[in-house]
Amino acid sequence: MHVISLGAVDLGLAAFLLLLLAATSFRIGLGLEKRMVISGVRMTVQLLLIGLVLKVLFASSSLWLVLSMATVMLLVAGYEVWARQKRKLSGARGYLISTVSMLISSFTVTFLALTIMVGVDPWYTPQYAIPLLGMLLGNTMNGVALASDRLTTELYNQRSMVEQRLLLGQNWQEASGDIRRDCMRTGMIPIINSMAAAGVVSLPGMMTGQILGGSSPLDAVKYQILIMFLIAAGTGFGVLSAIWLISRQLFDNRQRLVLDELTVVKE
Amino acid sequence: MKEALLPSPFPDQEKTRGLRLCGLSFLGNGPYSLDILPGECVGLTGRSGVGKTQLLRAVADVIVHEGDCLLDGTACSAVEPHVWRKTVAMVPAESFWWYDTVAPHFAGGMEQGQSLELLGKMGFPADVGTWRVSRLSTGERQRLSLVRSLSSAPRALLLDEPTSALDREMVQVVEEIIRDICRKRKSICLWVSHDREQLARMANRIYRVEAQMLVEETNECM
Repeated sequence: MHVISLGAVDLGLAAFLLLLLAATSFRIGLGLEKRMVISGVRMTVQLLLIGLVLKVLFASSSLWLVLSMATVMLLVAGYEVWARQKRKLSGARGYLISTVSMLISSFTVTFLALTIMVGVDPWYTPQYAIPLLGMLLGNTMNGVALASDRLTTELYNQRSMVEQRLLLGQNWQEASGDIRRDCMRTGMIPIINSMAAAGVVSLPGMMTGQILGGSSPLDAVKYQILIMFLIAAGTGFGVLSAIWLISRQLFDNRQRLVLDELTVVKE
Repeated sequence: MKEALLPSPFPDQEKTRGLRLCGLSFLGNGPYSLDILPGECVGLTGRSGVGKTQLLRAVADVIVHEGDCLLDGTACSAVEPHVWRKTVAMVPAESFWWYDTVAPHFAGGMEQGQSLELLGKMGFPADVGTWRVSRLSTGERQRLSLVRSLSSAPRALLLDEPTSALDREMVQVVEEIIRDICRKRKSICLWVSHDREQLARMANRIYRVEAQMLVEETNECM
């Protein structure tokens, strides 16, 4: 099937809908219009640029170019996870933990998928490696950011309860266990819900894209199933590592809750 | 029957028995030094915000501090923190509860140690473990919190306004229980209160907490 190419007018019409929403936001005093327009412009520029970069990347198939691109994507994802926390670990540690969590959640899982499940040769073939990594980073980022944000917020809000448990002779794992488990659930539930609703309530983006691109629905479905499993596993392991690493930083070697390590982002 | 003296969890030489605060400083306060002998109750008083509660938290090792505390000659820094906090138990002024009912908050069960006996003395029926925490009054929480901390039979008790929400009759019961524990188990007690009369009844010595030092006051009832 031939893909219908979209022109500037088609994209402009879609953008007009967003402008209409921004005008409505202004009219009813939501205060979101500026952010909507800036985000819309940012998304357009970023996607156009990545389109150009991918064109060069796909043409060259260089391992170093693919790795450089993947590293940039990872560093930005790590920053996004770190920046989305209201109370975040101060200094480079916070950013490093977010980046390591994203590395675990996305890089390892993508590498496994490319070498074992998809079995593409060479494994870094950019047409497979970059979209797979992008899907994983984008989707696992939400879960890791949600869980990390909730952990620091809950440990702050429930600090007296945690201290009470420490005073009763519990170790830091016991004293913060309920909170940590709750945060892990928060991070994982969106992807579990997405899996449950896939194909019934929603047609996931990757599958829709492949079908629009001319792939057979069955092939598209198989890739979607693969990516959903990968995202779920990546999110889960990313959330677990982020919760563990942040918790270790918030309890010192005498198992005291040290919230001075957190800085608050003013809204 | 005379109750045997509880063996120290940190066995050391007889002469070093007791709780010793050695140059304890935190958040710009101190350094504080103090020796409390086995069976002794020491009262701490002072104006609001001077750092009485923080001093107890430093002794319980839940805030960062300099200096050290020794129990029966063993330094706090030399033992696992959760072991120290079970042995030197702090009962905060406001108690916190995280399960729906009372019983799960008692780590070893409500039958452990003297918990059932103490609960009875404090006027609780045998089924108190099934009570919902959300329905407890402030006074009930305070009494249960004290029993919860006592259930691990600590060597030292750090009490922060332990009777602030209780009526006169219950205050007497709690005071009698603590007096009994100090006398029979030779437990150590550090009691923070604004109630000078209560400290006069309970404490062998009373100190006024100042920002940089502990000032001993005369206990007229001694």
